[in-house]
Formats: sequence, structure tokens, C-alpha cells
Amino acid sequence: MAVSFAIQRSTRLSRVTAIVALLLLAGLIAAPWWAGRANVRLLGEVYSFVALATLWNLMAGYAGLVSVGQQAYVGFGGYMLFALAMFLGVHPLAAIAIAGVAGAIIALPIAPLLFRLQGAYFAIGTWVLAEVFRLSFAQVSSLGGGSGTSLPAAIVVGIASDRALREAAIYWTALTIAVASIAFVVLLLRSRMGLALTALRDSEVASESLGIDIWRTKLVVYVAVAGFTSMTGAFIFLQKLRISPDAAFSVNDWTAYVIFIAVIGGIGTIEGPIIGTVLFFLLRETLADLGTTYLIVLGAVAILVMLRAPKGLWGYFAERTGITLVPVRRRVVFPE
Amino acid sequence: MSEPLLSIRGLKAGYGDFQALFGIDLDVPAGETLALIGANGAGKSTLLRTVTGLVPCRPEMVCFDGRAIGGMRPDRIAALGIGLVPEGRRLFRSLSVEENLVIGGERALAGPWSLERVYSLFPILREKRRNPGMALSGGQQQMVAIGRALMANPRLILFDEISLGLAPVVIRDIYAALPPILATGVSVVLVEQDVTRALSVAQRFACIQEGRVSLAGKPGEHDRAAITAAYFGTDVKPGAH
Amino acid sequence: MEWVNAIVQGILIGGLYALFAAGLSLIFGVMRLVNIAHGDMIVAAAYVALVVVQATGLHPLASAFIVVPLMAALGYAMQRLLLNPTIGKDLLSPLLVTFGISVILQNGLLVAFTADSHRLAAGSIETANIQVAPGLALGVLPLVMFAASVLIIFGLELIFYRTSLGRAFRATSDDPEIAQLMKLDRNHVFGMAMALSAAIVAIAGIFLAIRTNFDPSAGPARLIFGFEAVIIGGLGNLWGTLAGGIVLGVAQAIGAQISPGWQILAGHLVFFLVLAVRPRGLFPRMD
Repeated sequence: MAVSFAIQRSTRLSRVTAIVALLLLAGLIAAPWWAGRANVRLLGEVYSFVALATLWNLMAGYAGLVSVGQQAYVGFGGYMLFALAMFLGVHPLAAIAIAGVAGAIIALPIAPLLFRLQGAYFAIGTWVLAEVFRLSFAQVSSLGGGSGTSLPAAIVVGIASDRALREAAIYWTALTIAVASIAFVVLLLRSRMGLALTALRDSEVASESLGIDIWRTKLVVYVAVAGFTSMTGAFIFLQKLRISPDAAFSVNDWTAYVIFIAVIGGIGTIEGPIIGTVLFFLLRETLADLGTTYLIVLGAVAILVMLRAPKGLWGYFAERTGITLVPVRRRVVFPE
Repeated sequence: MSEPLLSIRGLKAGYGDFQALFGIDLDVPAGETLALIGANGAGKSTLLRTVTGLVPCRPEMVCFDGRAIGGMRPDRIAALGIGLVPEGRRLFRSLSVEENLVIGGERALAGPWSLERVYSLFPILREKRRNPGMALSGGQQQMVAIGRALMANPRLILFDEISLGLAPVVIRDIYAALPPILATGVSVVLVEQDVTRALSVAQRFACIQEGRVSLAGKPGEHDRAAITAAYFGTDVKPGAH
Repeated sequence: MEWVNAIVQGILIGGLYALFAAGLSLIFGVMRLVNIAHGDMIVAAAYVALVVVQATGLHPLASAFIVVPLMAALGYAMQRLLLNPTIGKDLLSPLLVTFGISVILQNGLLVAFTADSHRLAAGSIETANIQVAPGLALGVLPLVMFAASVLIIFGLELIFYRTSLGRAFRATSDDPEIAQLMKLDRNHVFGMAMALSAAIVAIAGIFLAIRTNFDPSAGPARLIFGFEAVIIGGLGNLWGTLAGGIVLGVAQAIGAQISPGWQILAGHLVFFLVLAVRPRGLFPRMD
């Protein structure tokens, strides 16, 4: 006697969330009209961190690739932007996309090397990679060597002649990158590879015995994340207008903050990094930019979270209430 | 008649969501040997692991020497004088034969067992003392595992399937070492799938079936048929003595 | 001669790198934990030495008598309070907690001591050297440091293979469950391992403080050098780690001879080369 069942992807709550999210997105797209210049810039920064945290979380929370060296690609993307715009005259916004592709391309030969390192050794290996990039770019004198360089005003103006339009274009680029990153993660997790990733997260040994090609799955994730991270990095330094090896490959800015955001927000969830980023910036803006002290406090909170509530804010909340806003799981539903 | 050395009452234990023991009552009087028989997966190993503290349970469920020890930390339980010869031997891979024995004897209670005496019991080990523990044959590894437990001079030794995976000739040699061990007056719980062997050395036995005691008593009291029924769970008579 | 001199200096600093690596290796061997804060602990030890020297007027090398036990105690406490709860669960927890500790240490030192760099004066021993051949002079201090590193590695092997503590380390690493049945308190064993690592870190920190200028951000580089020495040398083999440190030191020295900016980069490239060609390292311990 066959039991009939259906596989459901979305819940009512997730459908409501989708509608709310679309409305929110519409509002954010319109931000250049209702938000002041400073806030538009700030939102751009928020988007870049949402992207970085979401991408880091995909690697660490799902693929088991804990990287403390993503700054390698942030800086690489930034330098690619400068190089493409300054030496090849590429339009900056196009350069951002190309920088993403370039990041994915160099990640391809690097991943197999790094994958030879297990667990936490892999993490340090990613850090070494970032150092190699930093030291290498410091040798390139045409990009300013050790002290870095600024983006010529002509290139910036080349984006659009009207300043308001220019800033809006940059802002929309950031929004696009953030949305694209989240969309990529969601679509990946909803796909067959996503199922493999979730299985991998639960048990590598079991997954492998089921025939899941772990190596290839990790490679795809690593390369894709490298590409998106490079794009994000390119945007970040377009907005900053100045790049230097220390700023481009800073562990604190592009890894420490990102990791703490993901941990506190909730590793292994889609909502976590977003909530973590919002919280991070709310705190930063209200407490005034304290730099060093902020890092210490964040670090301490992150440690506490790992020790007491390892699933983070959202993870804890989701576990208690069973709520998932973004539908990535499949549910088996038996009709009455 | 004094209290039993080990007393188990209503023991319920398991692994996370999976319950393996559903209320076990057992006694081991001092100086006696209790054979625990039962099929694979019946819960015998879980029982031993609970006594040694590797699996948690409520304190009053396991009493040793009058003291509630259920759920205590394993290193504290070991210090009280309970030793385990684990299923699968579980020798320390990075340690030599002698080091495996010596580490067993650290902070030992007072008693008859020493490195010399273990080597007298198992002469082959003296020959192989410097070899890595894992480089020995299965039977020799079993001897090391037993020796390691003896070195602590425990008051209660738990033997978990010491004949597992060994050839009959080797099993005979291992079991030949039991009488000298039992003669020192140590209390023993012997988990065995080989019923005949188990009953030949024990004063009492209990048969575990799906996490419950299906039959218990002295070896002569029950016939083959009753034991087989209790072992496999066919026609179980609850509370039979 | 210049090249020979450079290579010899590279060999000698290899000893220091091996010292950086030894503590890292020890922890990984006993509890499969990679302490990302390791480099920052070395720098913190350097600052502790600075404070002790300034307060007592002791010679930096003598300050070890205070710094070593202090760091060992702090390491023990850190392990039991912050790290033991994370071990065994998953990969993420210990890594992120040690990363958090790293960030806190770095920034805490920054707040306490500012970004100014310091260096500990060791007196006349700093410039003393032995003329080995025309044009080739070996600094006494680097020689002493190298010898100390060798002695410490020797001592570690002794502890591991000849003492009760070492047996406890190995047994707990092999089979944490059964080790408890040997009356070994896992929490204490791990604490002792970190304490030992911290003691080595203390000596490495004092050497670092004498040898170069250090500042709060110097930690990650030390971690990376130690890590590279371990990977180049091969996991699970302390003498291999010494060899790895020497290879790294020599690579850096050769790089520096080519161009100053290439010094550290050369080391990284050799690391990646070894990773590509001999992923298990040059002298891995056969398991």
C-alpha cells in the first residue's frame, strides 16, 4: 500500500517573508531619494558586510571550510578594480564584475593546495595566502607599492557626470552585490549541491559513503565565494577611493568583524549573517566608532556566544520557535 | 551477610534519544563473579559503560560499596576501584606494551598486582614489553588490556567480551588466566556471548535481552532451553528465578 | 661569504621558529586543537617580560624565572575556562574561540601599551660574536637561542616519552575515553598541555623581545612562521619541526639577499611549494 506524500519547499511564513523582503528591497532601492548622502554611504557599507558575512557563513557553516583569510580576496578585488580602471580604462562598475571573475579564476589553482590542509590548519593556510597577496601587491610600484594609491578623480567622474547619479549608481551596485550574494547562497542551498552541503555539514564521513563528491563540492563553494568576495572587495575600495596593502588585506576589517558578525548572528543559517550585520552597525553607530575597544567587546561576545549559545542569536531563536524565514529545507507533507 | 559490592537498581540509560537499558536490577557480592550473557545489542556493553561512568545515569541507579556512583566522572569512578577491560581491547596506540601496563598502574590501590606479577601471568608480554601495543596479535593485545586493568588493583573488574574476534585456542589461553585472577578475591562482571564459557567461571549469571534482565540465577539452576529462550527473547518468563 | 653568512643566520633563526612551532605542535598533538592565539601569546609574553624587566631591573633572560611560571599558569587557566568546553564538539568552536582570544589579546595589548614598538636590551651579549672564519661571524646571542631551542625540543621529547605526564598526554590523545578509565582527568591533562605550551611560548617571547622590535600586532606573523615550520617539517615530529624551522629561516635569508621586500614572501612561497609537492611535510612521523 503506497503512502502518498508531497514535498513542500515554502511555508506560509516564508511566503510572507518573501513579500516583506520584496517591499523592503523596493524601499532600499529608492534610498538615494529618501536617505541623506551619509546614510546612503553607510548603507553601502552595510551591504558589503552583509555580503561578506553571508559568504563566509556559506563556507564555514555549510562546507566546513573555516577561513580566516578572506581578506585575500577582498584586497585582490580592490586591487583588480584599481588596476583595471587605471591601466585599462575599464568603467569602474564593469571592473567590479570583472574583478569578481578574476577572483574566482585565481581561486581555482589555489583551492587544491589549501585543501591539502585539514581543519584548523586550513584556516591558517588561508591566512598565509592573504599574507602572500599582501606582500606581493606591496611590491607592485605602479599600484603604489607599500603605501598604496588613490583612485584618480577622472575615473570616479567617469562613472556618471552627475554626482547624485554617481553615488546612486555606486549604491545600487552595492545593493546588487549583497542581494546577489544572498540569492546565490539561497539558490545553492536549495539545489542538489545544497543538499550535499547540508549532509556534509552533518557528517562528512556519511556523506562520502553516500557518494557525495566532497572535494568537488568544496571546490565549487570556495571558488564561487572567492569570486563574490572579490566583487565585494572591488566595491569597497571603489567607495573608499584609496587602497593600500595594509588596508586591502586587513585581518581586522575583513575577517575579524565578519566572523564575529556571523558568529553572533548565527552560523549555519541564512538569516544569521544579515541580522548580525544589522546589529553590528546599529551598535557601531550608537556607541560611536571605538575601533580597538569595539573589537575587544565584539570578540568577547563572540567567545561567549560560542561557549554558551553556539547557534548564535538567530540560531537560538529559530531553534526555540522553529521559525525559518528563508526556505531552504524540503519538508515531506502527508495529506490527511 | 554483607551488602553486595556492586548494586544496580532500576538502571535506565542510553545514548541521546536512544534508550538501551530499561530498568536493570543486578547484584555482585564481594569476591564473586557475575556472568552477563545476551545477544549483540542487548545492552551488556552499555551496562558496563554506565557502571564505569562513560554513560550517564541517575546517581542512585548504581551503588558501589554502598555509595551512589551513577553519573560520576569516569576518572573518579576508576579511582574508587572499578576497572574495565574494554570491548575491542582499546589499547593506547602511542604507548608500548609496558607503558600501557604502567599507565594502568598509576595511582593504583594497594593490592597483589604489579608489573612483575602481570608478566608472570602473561609471560609473552615480558618478551614484547617494548613493542607498540598495537603490533601484537589479538590475543596478546587482550592480555595487555587485562593486565592494564589489573595493574590498578581494582576491587571490581568488568570484562567486556574478552573472547571477541579471537581463535578458540587463544580464548582458551585467556580464560586459563582467569582462575589466578579470581583467586585474589576480586569481584568480577564478565560479559560474554559464549554462554558455556561464561557459565563455567561464574557463580551467578544474568541474561540481558533488549535492555532488560530476562533471566538470572546460578549456573546450575536453569536448563539449556530456558537460557536459550531468555537469550533470544522467545517465550520470556519475566521475573523467573 | 655574504651568502654563507646569510644562510647561517637563517639556520640560527630557524631554531627560534622551531620554538614558535613547538608549542603549537604540542597542543595539536595532545588535543587536536590549533591555537590561533599562539602568536599573540608569544607577543603577550614579550610584553610581560617587558613589564617584569622594567619593574625589577632583571636581565631579560633572567626574567624567565618569573615570566615562564606566570604564563604557564595563565595558559592553564585559559585552557580550563575557555578552551576545554569547546574541544571534541566540532571544528568551528575551538577555532573561533582561539581566534576571538587572538583579537582580544592583540587589541588589549594595543590599549595597554599603545602601538609603539619595544625591544628588550640584553646588554653586551647582543653584540658579542665568535669569529669562525674570515668574514663569517656567529652572533653569540643567536647561537644561545638556537642551543636553547634544541634543548627545549629535547626536553619536550623527554617529557613525552619518559614521564608519567607524557604518557598521560599520549594516552589522552590516543583515546580520551579510555584514558579517563586510567584515572586521568581530561580537563587537567589538557590544562597541563596548554601550560607547557605557554611555558615554551614565554621563552619564545623573551627571545623575540631581545632579538627584534615587537609591537601588539606582531602576533600573527609569529603564528604563521611557527605554522609554516610545522607544515614544512611534517606533522607529529618535533625534530622535523626544527628542520622545518631551519628550512624556513634559510628560505627567508635567501629571499632577503635577493631583495629586502622578498624576505618573508620567500618563506611563504617555499611553504606553498612544500605543500604542493610534499603535502605531508619533509619528515612526517609515520603513523
